[in-house]
Amino acid sequence: MAFREDQISRYSRHIILREVGGRGQEKLLSSRVLVIGAGGLGSPVAMYLAAAGVGTIGLVDMDVVDVSNLQRQIMHSQKTVGIPKVLSGARTLERMNPDVKVIPIQERLTAENAMDLFSGYDVIVDGSDNFGTRYIVNDAAFFLRKTLVSGSILRFEGQVTVLEGYTDAPCYRCLYPEAPPPGLVPSCSEAGVLGVLAGTIGTLQAAEVVKKILGIGELLKGQLLLYDALSMTFRKLRVPKDPKCPLCGPHPTITTVSGSSEWVCQVPAS
Amino acid sequence: MAVVVRIPTPLRKLTGNQNEVREEGGTIREVLKNLESHYPGIGERLADESGELRRFINIYVNEEDIRFRDGLDTKIQPGDEVSIIPAIAGGAK
Ligand SMILES: [Zn+2]
Repeated sequence: MAFREDQISRYSRHIILREVGGRGQEKLLSSRVLVIGAGGLGSPVAMYLAAAGVGTIGLVDMDVVDVSNLQRQIMHSQKTVGIPKVLSGARTLERMNPDVKVIPIQERLTAENAMDLFSGYDVIVDGSDNFGTRYIVNDAAFFLRKTLVSGSILRFEGQVTVLEGYTDAPCYRCLYPEAPPPGLVPSCSEAGVLGVLAGTIGTLQAAEVVKKILGIGELLKGQLLLYDALSMTFRKLRVPKDPKCPLCGPHPTITTVSGSSEWVCQVPAS
Repeated sequence: MAVVVRIPTPLRKLTGNQNEVREEGGTIREVLKNLESHYPGIGERLADESGELRRFINIYVNEEDIRFRDGLDTKIQPGDEVSIIPAIAGGAK
């Protein structure tokens, strides 16, 4: 692939990095990344991937932009309130970088459509807002042997990890075997979230995606990164592969993608 | 012997907003018992009726998940740090 003159300028700060170079930039331009959730996490992830020249970015989200999103969902704006998030996002990303093809998918991710939606992509990014979706994303990514870059945020804290359960690395079920029952752990907007936290965690996810595509550095595999904005601390914990994992362990009991993504916002019990 | 226990944001209402507390105990089980006696209600958030740790909450001693050590009977050494890490799912909404 030969770069156009404008591309050499646009990506010059990448190309001069020995670890990226022209070859790496070509990899980015020919890669395909699917972002689940076009909200708080999906915004910084997709924007940095677009700026980096990731050639194809799929966005999955069924919601429309609400004014209450704008405190942290920086891909959207006052002008796009009321329109589908995936279209608002596509507009932003394509304006940032015309090299990027955005595929807006205004659907709820379900056990039925996950395998089809994921199949054309190299890397999957989870920035969803509920546990049901997180297990579906994990299982589909596992069956299709795709790297999953997972991020989540709540109040002032965030978590990031890279999951490749089809290797000797763990999957999401190794980390959290079961979803909490509704109400026990807050899982959404009612709990509140510091807006900038979405940027911190989403940007870390984007870094892992870019590293995966380029094949450089060490990924957060088998590790959970915790960020606490209040104490401004980052910590890494070890996440082993669970030999009893029902998905990626030696004796799996989960053999297809199932489960519901219906259950969404739950108010914390206490 | 007291160890530092890090409390995640969803449970800080129960610890008077403290992000870490000090508890006595030679094993995680003892630490959790003392935690419950000082902060009533926190125990049922961490363990079910049969006393088993809930499966969406991980407890770490330093960087290691106790599920891959001796579970609630995992021993604690002076200076160890205990962290309670719940699954969180926020991101899009
Ligand atoms: Zn697993």
